[in-house]
Amino acid sequence: MKISATIILKKDVLDPQGKVVSQTLKNMGYKSVVNIRQGKYFEIELNESDKKKAKKVVEEISKKLLANTVIENYTINLD
Amino acid sequence: MKSSVIVFPGSNCDRDVVVALKKFKIENQMVWHDNSTLPKSDLVILPGGFSYGDYLRAGCIASKSPIIEDIIKHAKKGGLILGICNGFQILIETGLLPGVLLRNKKLRFLSKNVYLKVTNLENKFCINYKNNNIIKLPIAHNEGNYFANDKILKNLEDNNLIAFKYCSNKGDINTENNPNGSSNNIAGILNDTKNILGMMPHPERLIDPILSGTDGSFMFEGLLKSY
Repeated sequence: MKISATIILKKDVLDPQGKVVSQTLKNMGYKSVVNIRQGKYFEIELNESDKKKAKKVVEEISKKLLANTVIENYTINLD
Repeated sequence: MKSSVIVFPGSNCDRDVVVALKKFKIENQMVWHDNSTLPKSDLVILPGGFSYGDYLRAGCIASKSPIIEDIIKHAKKGGLILGICNGFQILIETGLLPGVLLRNKKLRFLSKNVYLKVTNLENKFCINYKNNNIIKLPIAHNEGNYFANDKILKNLEDNNLIAFKYCSNKGDINTENNPNGSSNNIAGILNDTKNILGMMPHPERLIDPILSGTDGSFMFEGLLKSY
């Protein structure tokens, strides 16, 4: 089974890289861009057919390794 | 000969290049990336460094600077452009040179001297390497692993647009002497009209026998000769 996880900085944590990307887009003429937050996206392939169990594993992975939950939030995308 | 060295936030080899240009009496101006007009120049140099802290991709944000539009015009008119290290990455991100520079194969920042074979001696940058086409220059990069699809690589090889290849001290081009995993051992490439050179090694660091060596001098002397 394939599950993906998105990790993104929490709302109040400064994201200098996202700020630079958003400023660059504004300079390029994309005036409607208000703000950008940059995160990470993981595609995880699991040897597990039960959706619930798989989700649990990915949740654990996210907490233990992929995200630093002090500054980052994770979302698990099941499809 | 007049030159402009473009300075981006995070450039750190800009002044080294100026030392080299001064030595060879090339009249230089430093140009801040935020300027939208390029002063009259025969040669534009994009220096090494870490423009914008390599945010998003190395060279990506710098490639959207206001000065770039004028640099592209300069290129289209046949003006000379030399991109060194981060400058090469910027040239690639602007689309002036094809392909992409990936992370080094072994994921390590590399800082060492490497041997290079000058594989195109017919361009204005390399004309002076005719009698000495195996040279030693320093590299210092994290993203120097040149990658391109087969069509681009074939075009580069068929039209002799590869200026430098990593090699052994005897000039053997093989995987053993490829420091970063780049396709076909590519260290530097030219555009179709050969007025733009992008390269990962640093010629500006080898311009004085007392400090280092002179394998870089040949390039600047050659540029003057062909001017």
